[in-house]
Amino acid sequence: MRNLKRQLLAGPYLLWMTGFILLPVAVILYYAFTTTSGSFTFLNVSSITFSVHLKALLLSLKLALICTIICLILSYPLAMILNGMKTKSQGFVVFIFILPMWMNFMLRILAWKMLLSNNGVINSLFGTLGLPKLDILNTPAAVVFCMVYDFLPFMILPIYNAMARIQADTIEAARDLGAGTITIFFKIILPLTMSGVVSGIIMVFVPALTSFAVSDLLGGGKVLLIGNVIEQAFMQEYNWNLGSGLSFVLMIFVIVSMAFMNSRGEEGSTGVW
Amino acid sequence: MKKTRLFLLVVVSVFGLLAGCGKKDDPNTLTVLNYGKYMEPKILDMFEEETGIKVEYEEYITPENMYTKYKAGAIDYDLICTSDYMIEKLIQEGEVLEINYDKIPLTENLEQTYFEFSKSFDPENKYTLPYFFGTVGILYNKDMVDETKVDSWDILWDQEYSGQIIMADSVRDSFMVALKRLGYSLNTAEEDKLREAQKLLIEQKPMVYSYLVDEAQDEMIAENAAMAVVYSGEAGYALEYNDKLAFSVPKDGSNMWIDSWFIPKSAKHTENAEKFLNFLCREDIAMLNFDYVYYATPNTKVKAVLDPALQENPTIFPPKEILDNCEVLKPLDDETTMKYNLYWKEIKSAE
Repeated sequence: MRNLKRQLLAGPYLLWMTGFILLPVAVILYYAFTTTSGSFTFLNVSSITFSVHLKALLLSLKLALICTIICLILSYPLAMILNGMKTKSQGFVVFIFILPMWMNFMLRILAWKMLLSNNGVINSLFGTLGLPKLDILNTPAAVVFCMVYDFLPFMILPIYNAMARIQADTIEAARDLGAGTITIFFKIILPLTMSGVVSGIIMVFVPALTSFAVSDLLGGGKVLLIGNVIEQAFMQEYNWNLGSGLSFVLMIFVIVSMAFMNSRGEEGSTGVW
Repeated sequence: MKKTRLFLLVVVSVFGLLAGCGKKDDPNTLTVLNYGKYMEPKILDMFEEETGIKVEYEEYITPENMYTKYKAGAIDYDLICTSDYMIEKLIQEGEVLEINYDKIPLTENLEQTYFEFSKSFDPENKYTLPYFFGTVGILYNKDMVDETKVDSWDILWDQEYSGQIIMADSVRDSFMVALKRLGYSLNTAEEDKLREAQKLLIEQKPMVYSYLVDEAQDEMIAENAAMAVVYSGEAGYALEYNDKLAFSVPKDGSNMWIDSWFIPKSAKHTENAEKFLNFLCREDIAMLNFDYVYYATPNTKVKAVLDPALQENPTIFPPKEILDNCEVLKPLDDETTMKYNLYWKEIKSAE
């Protein structure tokens, strides 16, 4: 009886999961492996090997990777600095980092579009300072920049959390035993924050890989990511089978990258899985 | 065992929930699907005030988006406005209901010429009611562009304006520009000609600032680019906001389009739809709408009271010699559509 009660608590989530995760995935699978007339086919999935689609996928992987690396380079030192601050100011700084997330994601992208445009605020500022014009809007650089801007908090927070959990005693003990700063970093801090780094990487890499809104708005229609190809298949070409086939391939990429990252960050407890 | 039962229970209740979502149909509503920025929003409230019919209004960007939204079948649209070739495609698919023009007495306000034009996609004038029409051309900034060159699509390939060109983010419109520059029909299905056009568009890509549809006019008003491929009405609108802008329809020929209303097969409130159409044809409403949309209106009552300068404005009301040089888009067969889509993707993914 007690067991059943406990199970009922999971009911709402189970309901959610069935209706909004399992069923849709089943529908995607159905479309991915059928033709418009409903017969079985591999063509939708194998069409990822078409040069246009492959190019889009590779570009997505490349931009997502660059975005993740930049986020990591920015976040790790920042998390260390943050961790070294007084507890009171720590809360405030974290708050500042989360603040932009209170604003809608689309609005932030649109704001960047305005700021970066030919006659935008940034270029007029550069103009008055006598600096050369910043011509990055409608290029992959703008897309990466905005993805970094949007996803940075997802990298900072898990790393900061992992770092905050390291007991000061551990580091003191290491010092007592004669470890230098560099040894402490590589032997203690880095391994203990690995789980945070892994969560951060997954939380940045996966949305960056699948994103299409950023490239649509800041790429000026010139940066074709795999997400854009899928969107076009659904919205423009009315070819749900192709869209689903490519989504399926993308899902595999996401799952593989998550599995890979998780196998590296097993020990920690902040892992996503 | 218990677990399976619980799981089944959950699955069943999810389906129950989803099925329960279908609302009871309210006879006093009307679901309208229209292009973005294509109707004065006040009109919807005015219609509700006068008739008590509540309008659910939805927008889309390109005719292809509209087709997807409609075909998805999630919403039963009562009235849709879209362009010539897309209407023709839907008529061919049997998705369009005949309009009972007797219920729309104010049809008489519309100029007969446009029903003649409409015959290219609605041969017996049974299915559609013209809304606005226009052309596609180049909206340019007089300070940034040499005005002697804008009478040809060639200018969009001029290195001098590299990085300052906005192209249309729509398959048919972009191909139209390239095909017309090459002197071909904008409805061509020949692979060689399409490949040639594609080559031109790929060549042009590095010079393009961005591919846009509805935002092109805003970028031009803000002077972020020197020229843009836009619909004539957008140009008319932009001209009002920035006097440095001007519009030209290249002499190589262009696309003349008519956007019309039709009642799709999914319609549940055809009478409301007809009432709404009649409302849109009424002089005061059509005037209000014209002021907002700024495309050429087929409504004679509206045109008659406009300022003569506006009536003569070639940007808004394209003169006959320009229209004579224009072609109407025709629907393409599935195979050709796939070709267009693939070629377009290749352009978009080119360096």
